[in-house]
Amino acid sequence: MLRDEDRIFTNLYGWFDWGLEGARKRGDWSTTKQILTRSPEDIVEDVKNSGLRGRGGAGFPTGVKWSFMPKEVKDKPHYLVVNADESEPGTCKDREIIRNDPHKLVEGCLIGGYAMRATAAFIYIRGEFYNEAMRLQAAIDQAYEAGLIGKNACGSGYDFDVILHRGAGAYICGEETALLESLEGKKGQPRLKPPFPAGVGLYGSPTTVNNVESIAVVPEILRRGPQWFADLGTPKNSGTKLFCISGHVEQPCNVEEEMGIPLKELLEKHCGGVIGGWDNLLAVIPGGSSVPMMPKSVCDDVIMDFDTLRGVGSGLGTAAVIVMNKQTDIVRAIARLSYFYKHESCGQCTPCREGTGWMYRVMDRLVRGEAEVEEIDALYEVTKQIEGHTICALGDAAAWPIQGLLRHFRPEVERRIAARKAGEPVIPVMEAAE
Amino acid sequence: MPKLTINGVEVEVPAGASVLQACEEAGAEVPRFCYHERLSIAGNCRMCLVEMERSPKPVASCAMPAGDGMVIRTDSELVKKAREGVMEFLLINHPLDCPICDQGGECDLQDQAMAFGHHSSRYDENKRAVEDKYMGPLVNTIMTRCIHCTRCVRFSTEVAGVTDMGLLGRGENAEITTYLEKALDSELSANVIDLCPVGALTSKPYAFVARPWELRKTETIDVMDAVGSNIRVDARGSEVLRVLPRLHEEVNEEWISDKTRYACDGLKRQRLDRPYLRKDGKLQPVSWDDAFAAIAAKMKGLKGAEIAAIAGDTVDVESMFALKGLMTALGSPNLDCRQDGAKLDATTRAGYLFNSTIAGIEEADAILIVGANPRWDAAVLNARIRKRWLEGGLKVGLIGAPVDLTYKYDHLGAGAQTLTEVADGKNAFASVLKDAKKPMIILGMGALTREDGAAVLATARKIAESTGMLVPASKDEEGNEVPAWNGFSVLHTAASRVGGLDLGFLPGKGGADVAGMLEGASKGAIKAVYLLGADEIDTQRLGDAFVIYQGHHGDRGAHRADVILPGAAYTEKDGLYVNTEGRVQMGLRASFPPGEAREDWAIVRALSAHLGDALPYDSLEQLRAALRKSNEIFTEIDIAPEAAWGPFGAEGAMSETGFGTTVENFYMTDPISRASQTMAECTEVFVLPKQDKTGTEG
Repeated sequence: MLRDEDRIFTNLYGWFDWGLEGARKRGDWSTTKQILTRSPEDIVEDVKNSGLRGRGGAGFPTGVKWSFMPKEVKDKPHYLVVNADESEPGTCKDREIIRNDPHKLVEGCLIGGYAMRATAAFIYIRGEFYNEAMRLQAAIDQAYEAGLIGKNACGSGYDFDVILHRGAGAYICGEETALLESLEGKKGQPRLKPPFPAGVGLYGSPTTVNNVESIAVVPEILRRGPQWFADLGTPKNSGTKLFCISGHVEQPCNVEEEMGIPLKELLEKHCGGVIGGWDNLLAVIPGGSSVPMMPKSVCDDVIMDFDTLRGVGSGLGTAAVIVMNKQTDIVRAIARLSYFYKHESCGQCTPCREGTGWMYRVMDRLVRGEAEVEEIDALYEVTKQIEGHTICALGDAAAWPIQGLLRHFRPEVERRIAARKAGEPVIPVMEAAE
Repeated sequence: MPKLTINGVEVEVPAGASVLQACEEAGAEVPRFCYHERLSIAGNCRMCLVEMERSPKPVASCAMPAGDGMVIRTDSELVKKAREGVMEFLLINHPLDCPICDQGGECDLQDQAMAFGHHSSRYDENKRAVEDKYMGPLVNTIMTRCIHCTRCVRFSTEVAGVTDMGLLGRGENAEITTYLEKALDSELSANVIDLCPVGALTSKPYAFVARPWELRKTETIDVMDAVGSNIRVDARGSEVLRVLPRLHEEVNEEWISDKTRYACDGLKRQRLDRPYLRKDGKLQPVSWDDAFAAIAAKMKGLKGAEIAAIAGDTVDVESMFALKGLMTALGSPNLDCRQDGAKLDATTRAGYLFNSTIAGIEEADAILIVGANPRWDAAVLNARIRKRWLEGGLKVGLIGAPVDLTYKYDHLGAGAQTLTEVADGKNAFASVLKDAKKPMIILGMGALTREDGAAVLATARKIAESTGMLVPASKDEEGNEVPAWNGFSVLHTAASRVGGLDLGFLPGKGGADVAGMLEGASKGAIKAVYLLGADEIDTQRLGDAFVIYQGHHGDRGAHRADVILPGAAYTEKDGLYVNTEGRVQMGLRASFPPGEAREDWAIVRALSAHLGDALPYDSLEQLRAALRKSNEIFTEIDIAPEAAWGPFGAEGAMSETGFGTTVENFYMTDPISRASQTMAECTEVFVLPKQDKTGTEG
C-alpha cells in the first residue's frame, strides 16, 4: 500500500484549501523557478527516467512523447494541449484533480510547456464539467495574479500562457486529434495520422497532447527526482496512479495507489470489498469502458499495471475499475456500453459509423436472447472487422467490451438464446450495472 | 525519391506520393471510394487498407505518405479480410435498389461489391433511411444510398469554392446535406454527380432516361465557352442524352461546367430541320434546291461589297473556312467573326490568345483580371485560378465590375483609368506584377467589346511589356531549359472566335466589320447578309437586307431570315475548334442532324455550286487539306503552340465607363442553351433571384 509521504495528490478529497495558498502549503509552486532554470532537455530526460507513462489510457511514455517535439522553435510556436475531456465511462480522476488540486495541473502546464518550448498551454475541458471549469479558471487566474504564469512566469524570464477552453460534450473530442479540431473551432472528427501532432498539431504547429494526470504529476516528479517515482510501482510501470473504482463495491472511491497493486487488495482495502463478498464477484472492467472485462478467475490475483493487464487480454486504460458482482446482468451491461459507442461515433469512417450501430442492435437482441447462436460468431467477426480498421481508437473501444463479453461469458449469451427458444425466463436478475 | 516494395515488386515514387499511388505504380490496384486525386485526402472510407510491414494494423494507403523502405502487401489475407469487412459495412445500410438506380452499371460500389462483397447479407436489422435533400435543379439526391465518402463536400468547398455542403450529425446519423437545403450555387455543381461513387447524387435531368450500356459514346469538344472542354457525348439513336467530362489535364482536368453538361437538352428543341424561304412575309418550308435557287436569284447582280457574312460563336473552323472561300469568290470583303464587336486584332496571334495557357495559370504568381468574370466567362478556367490561389502565394487584382470569383482579389478599379494607372506604374498592383516571377493579365471581352477596345488592348499590351510578363526561354544555373513565359492572356467567350481569327474571317480591304455591316444594312448599302450561326447581333438593324441564316436553332437570326439553311449543331458534325489558348481540337459527330439538316461546310459547298463557282473540295478531308495549306496552325491537333509577340492594338483615348462583362446570364449564352429547359430552370434558380426585382415577376 502506498505510503502517505509518497502521495502526489494530497488534496484529492478536497479536505483542504484548493486555492493557491493551500496549494503552496502542500508544496506546489515551491521550487518552480529553480526547475525552470534547468534546460528543457534536462527536464525531458528526468521525465523519461521517471518512467512516467501517459495516464490517459494508452500508456505511452510521457518523456518519450515530449522528445518528439522539434528541438528548436522555428516559424511556428509550440503548444501544449491538456486533454481534460474526461468522458470515458467509469473515469473520474481528472475531475477530482481539477476540483481539488487545480494548481498541480497549472504548474504542470508551465513546466511541461517549458520542457517542450511551448508558448502556451490549452486546457480543453469537457463541457459538462462546468463547476470544474470555473474552479480551474479561478486557479489559473490566481496563478496569473501571483505572476506564476504569464509574462516572466515565476520570475524565470519565460513567458507562458494557460488558456482554458470548454468543449461541448462529445466523447470523440477526447481523442487527441479530434480535440485539436474542436479546439480550432471545427467539427470534432479525428485527423489522419501521420502527420502526428508533434509535427502538425494545433493550428498546424508542433503540439503535444497530454492527459491531466500526466501533466499534474510532473512537478512533483521533478521536485522529488525521477528515481523516487521510478522506484514506485513495478518495472516499466512506475509511479503512483489514481484509480477510480465504481460499481458493485461497498464504497466506490477515487484513490491514489502504487502501480501494480493487486486488484483484490485495491478493492478490499479502499472500497470495502465487493458487495456480497469476493466470491460474489462476476467480472471487472479494469480500465474504463473501452477495455475488455476480466472474469473473477483473472481478478483473483491480477496486479494493476499496464503490461500485466495487457497480458491477461485487458488493459489498464484510465484505471477506471468497474466492478460487477453476480447480481449484474452482464449482457445488458455490455449492451449499454455498445449503445454509448454507437451514440458517440463521429461518423467519419466506415467501420465505426456502420459497425457500432450493428453491434449495438445485435447486443440489444442478445440481452433478450432474440437471436440465433450463429449470430454470436457473426457479432464477434464484426468486432474484428472494426478493430484496427478505423481512423481513431473509438472503433477499437467499441469492439473490445463485446469481445471481452464473448470471450468470457459466451455460455451466458448462449443460455439466453436457448432459454428464449424453450420459453423459459431469459433474464435472471433485473439489476444492471448502470 | 522513396523506394518501396509492393507485393515483392520494388518501385520508386516521387517524394510526397502516397502509398496508394505507389501501389498503382507497381501495378497493384487498390479499391477506394473517398480518395480522389484532385481532392484533399479524407481517408474515411477505409477501403484502401493495405498491409504495411512493422505496422500491427492495416493502414489506409491513400493517407499514408510513401516512405523509403516500406514493405507493402495488397494481396495478403489480412488485406482481403479488411476490405471485405469494410465492404460489408458499406453495404449493410445501402439499399438494394440497383435495378432502379441511375448509377447502375457505372457504380463504384456495385463494381467493388463484385470483388469484395459477400454473396448475402448477415445484417438482419432495419436498414437506415435518410431523407433526400434539395440540391437544385441539376443534382438529384437519394441520400439513403450515401456512403459518406465526402467527395462532394470536398469538391464543393475546395474546387467549386462554395461552402454550401457538409456533413451534419454524427455516427450512423451523419448525413451529407446542403446546410440550408438550398441549391448548390456553383457553375460547376454537377461535377459532384461524377464524383459520387454511388447513386446518392445523380443527374436530375437524366433521371431514369437510359442505362450506360445503351449509349453510344463519342469523345468530342464542347462549344459552350472558349475553354474547349473535352467531353464525352452519350447518345442513343439520334438523341443526345448526356454530356460527361473527359480527362484533359491541360484544359479542363476532369471538370466541366453545368452549361456544358446540361445544355444538351436544348439540342432537341426549336431545331431547324428543313430549309425555309420567306414568301409573302412568312417563312415557308421549301426544298434545298428551291432555297439555293432563291439565294442564287437574289445574289445575281449584287456587287461583292453589297454582300456581308457574319460567323457565330459556336461554329466550326471548316464551315467558316468554306464560307470565307465563298465570300472571296463573290468578291465580298465584308466578313467578320467577332459578332460581339470585340476589337480583337489578328495581326499578331499572340495578341488574341490565352498565351499563358490554362495549365500555365498554376505557375502564375500574380494575375490582373481586366473586364472579365472568369467564373461566368469560363467556369472551368476559374476553378484553375482558384486551385492556384488555394496553394497560396497568388495575388489577384481585378479591374472591372466586382463579382464573387470564389477567391480573394483586390478590386483595383472599374475601368480604363485604373488600367492606365497600372500601365504607367502608378497603381500599387503594377509593382505586384513587376515583383512576380510569372505575372499574367487576363483580358476579358468586357474590356474589348467597346468603342475604345483597341486602345484597351494596346494598354494591356503595354502592361504586359512593362511588368515583365514576357519572359524569353532561358537556361538555369544547372543548364536546364526554362521555357518561355507569356502572361498576356485573352479570355474569349466564344468557341469559334480564335478559329475565326486564325482563318482571317475578318473584314478584308475596305470591308466592314459587324458594326459597319449593320450600319450598311440598315442604310441599304449592304443588300445581302449571310449569318453563319450568328444570333448575338441586333437583328433589328439588318434593315431590308436579304438575310440568309444558316444554323441549327430557330433563334434570333432565324426569326429575321429570308432563307433558312438548316445546319448541324456541334454534336452532329465533325469539326475543328480552336480554344482560347489557340489549341486546335477536333470534335466528332455523336449523332446525325435532324431531318434535312446537313453539315455546315457541305451546305456552303452546295450553295457555291448553285452560285456558279463551286468551292474546290468535295469532302471534309479535301477541305481540311486546303485549310492546312492556308494556315499551318491547323496541322497540329491538341497543341497550344507558342505565339510570337508582335504589335497589336491601337493607342488612343479611352472612355471612363467601367468595364462590363459580356456574359449576362451564364446559363443562356447561345442558341442551344437558350433552347434548353434545364438551363431555363437554372436561370430561374440561380440568376433571377439575384437580379433586381421589377415588381412584374408575378
